[in-house]
Amino acid sequence: MNRVVITGLGAVSPIGQSAAAYWAALVEGQSGFGPPTIFPTDRLNTKVVAEVKDFVPADHFDTRQIGFLDRVSQFAVVAAREAVAQSGLSFDGELGERTAAIIGSGIGGQTTQDDNFRRFYGENATRVHPLIIPRTMPSAPASQISMFFGIKGPTYAISTACASATHAIGQAFHLIRGGGATCALAGGAEAQLTQGTMKAWEAMRILAPDTCRPFSIDRKGMVLGEGAAILALEALDHAAARGADILGEIVGFGMSADAGDLTAPDVGGMVRAMAAALADAGLTDDAVDYVNAHGTGTTANDATETAALHKAFGAHARKLAVSSTKSMVGHALGAAGALEAIAAVMAIRDGVIPPTMNHLGPDPACDLDYVPNEARRQPVRAALSNSFAFGGLNAVIALRQFAG
Amino acid sequence: MSMVDVAKGVIEIIATKVRREHGPVQLSDSLDGLGIESLDVLELTFAIEEKFNIEIPFNANTAFEFKTVGDLVHAVQGIVAQKTASA
Repeated sequence: MNRVVITGLGAVSPIGQSAAAYWAALVEGQSGFGPPTIFPTDRLNTKVVAEVKDFVPADHFDTRQIGFLDRVSQFAVVAAREAVAQSGLSFDGELGERTAAIIGSGIGGQTTQDDNFRRFYGENATRVHPLIIPRTMPSAPASQISMFFGIKGPTYAISTACASATHAIGQAFHLIRGGGATCALAGGAEAQLTQGTMKAWEAMRILAPDTCRPFSIDRKGMVLGEGAAILALEALDHAAARGADILGEIVGFGMSADAGDLTAPDVGGMVRAMAAALADAGLTDDAVDYVNAHGTGTTANDATETAALHKAFGAHARKLAVSSTKSMVGHALGAAGALEAIAAVMAIRDGVIPPTMNHLGPDPACDLDYVPNEARRQPVRAALSNSFAFGGLNAVIALRQFAG
Repeated sequence: MSMVDVAKGVIEIIATKVRREHGPVQLSDSLDGLGIESLDVLELTFAIEEKFNIEIPFNANTAFEFKTVGDLVHAVQGIVAQKTASA
């Protein structure tokens, strides 16, 4: 079995349009929240989102390319470019055929669909853009990454709502570990911020009116985000042979389903996913120092996740540092797990744990160490990154400090 | 709208899709020679239909009958003229 290492990171986030800028902003506790600029809010009650501001497609693509790319694919390709450049990989020849692209997206090309259907239904437009279908399909980011970089191996999308990117990274990890690919670009992309989707989320009554305060007293829900993050994964032997700079190692992946409520989180499902990731990694619970939590900021998720951490880690739960970076970038749904995997990789690499911002004080139902309001310098030997999706679909990856 | 304006409008739209280093687009230029591919044709057709509020009968399953910029300009001029006459 191959060991699987990370040799490149790329990110487009509300607090930085590169992995380095994103990580620096996380450590500083920067907020990505504010009023949206890409759609009007006059018919909405919620006026706060975590938008990727000042993203200029023409800075990254020519006019012809932009015609083929919904915002979600633009984010994906920009993040992939950064990860590929950092890795130093080139996919010419046989390596392209031995490389996978597995990209999560919960929704797909929502902006394209929303714009055109609004024109057709609402404004009686007689014709719509001819490329709506290939721009909108949830697999478009995976296809575009394949085409931009010449990746000819296993390429597909994973759509498991808020767990999409974690499932994608985990599947790519298992694929390389089992010998089905030598390299992979894996992660997620989401760009679903439109007036219509905001209305739909409002109807679920789980959006915070002000800000996202995971695990805090007086938390009022989640803030919707967007963005993309891509990791370049590689079999250790391949990376070592070419002298690549190894940023971290993925050691375990666990999945589970609740088979219960459509939206309510479930302790059992969360525990089984975390336990499966630890077992897959061969890690004992006391070897883990940090958990990048799903931590959406809803009353139910954060209390349930806390209970699940107690159950999965026993007495060691109280020694874990647990933080939710959604307190800064909001919930990027199908991209969230990849943005959070980068946070976990960098926490291990730099020995710095990003904070849970906007934390006002302890909630009796959330009684762990959430690294409130300020990053902490602390060595991290191993970390989990948790994603628990609507529909009861759970995915957890385990990462470890790379040591030869 | 005069036929000269139609020609100018069509050429302007085609010019946005030209992929190769190229001087001003001429009626005699072949679309192929300008590097315009099948997906570009879809977008071109859409943009032309939007601009002139016409329907260009075209199905990607049949051969694209417009070889040159001139072919496309003349076809659009014909459709626009027909529409003006029947209006």
